[in-house]
Amino acid sequence: MKQKHWYDYLWIGELAYLVLGLFNILFAWLGMLFFTIPLLVALFGGSKAYCNRYCGRGQLLNLLGKKLSRNQPPPRFLRSRWFRYGFLTFFMVMFGRMLYQTYQVFAGMPLRQAVTLLWVFRLPWQWPDVSMASPWAAQYAYGVFSIMLTSTLLGFVTMLLFRPRSWCVYCPMGTMTQGICQLKHRKEDLVHGDGAESPADR
Amino acid sequence: MRPNLKLARIGRECVACGCCASVCPRQAIRIAGGVIARVDPALCVGCGKCAAVCPAAVITIEAREVQA
Ligand code: SF4
Ligand code: SF4
Ligand code: SF4
Repeated sequence: MKQKHWYDYLWIGELAYLVLGLFNILFAWLGMLFFTIPLLVALFGGSKAYCNRYCGRGQLLNLLGKKLSRNQPPPRFLRSRWFRYGFLTFFMVMFGRMLYQTYQVFAGMPLRQAVTLLWVFRLPWQWPDVSMASPWAAQYAYGVFSIMLTSTLLGFVTMLLFRPRSWCVYCPMGTMTQGICQLKHRKEDLVHGDGAESPADR
Repeated sequence: MRPNLKLARIGRECVACGCCASVCPRQAIRIAGGVIARVDPALCVGCGKCAAVCPAAVITIEAREVQA
């Protein structure tokens, strides 16, 4: 057995996040960590260390997949560029829509207290009252939680059908961080002029 | 000389998730620059563990080229 490190338990954080969000939607704000940390690591560290080591979601899918996954290779299109970047684009559009809804509530529209799965299905769940927070902050929390639950659901389904971490093939954060690293290293190659070992080779 | 006649080879569509590196018993894989997985041929024994977990299914286990 490989030695376990503290970061091997980050899946507990992911699980706690999903549960806490059900009890108080404002916990959904913590999801910002799952968006910002990987991007910062990629931007400043130039690596996918977040995916490679610290992502609780990846770990959770791995653990569940050990028992539940069919362990079949996924269809080719899943790893194709157009699908991965297409899904990222779709995700960003939906993220933008969520920001716009937050703005609308900020500007005075009534709060929509709903978490939607797959952008369409309203989750039948009565969230406890959060009137102590500003309506826009609550609206944003509902939006973030919808995204987190939707991506968890997609990850879960592809975990069952294919390999445990199939979600990581089309995860928007994974695609974005890899994209950033690609751009970063291309630039470095230009600066240092040693194109001899470009990471895309081999 | 070498008992290990096989070697893992990473395809270009690698998503740099690191699943392969975390299961490799020989620590033969690193994720180069967050862009693509790279196998150190000196360490890889061709066991195929990485290929079995790769969620993108881009790893193949190939026969080593005979070294001159
Ligand atoms: S690809 Fe997404 S889910 Fe997978 S390890 Fe990276 S951030 Fe986590
Ligand atoms: S084939 Fe085995 S030894 Fe070689 S890189 Fe894959 S897991 Fe490591
Ligand atoms: S598991 Fe597959 S996709 Fe992930 S880093 Fe290794 S070779 Fe690349």
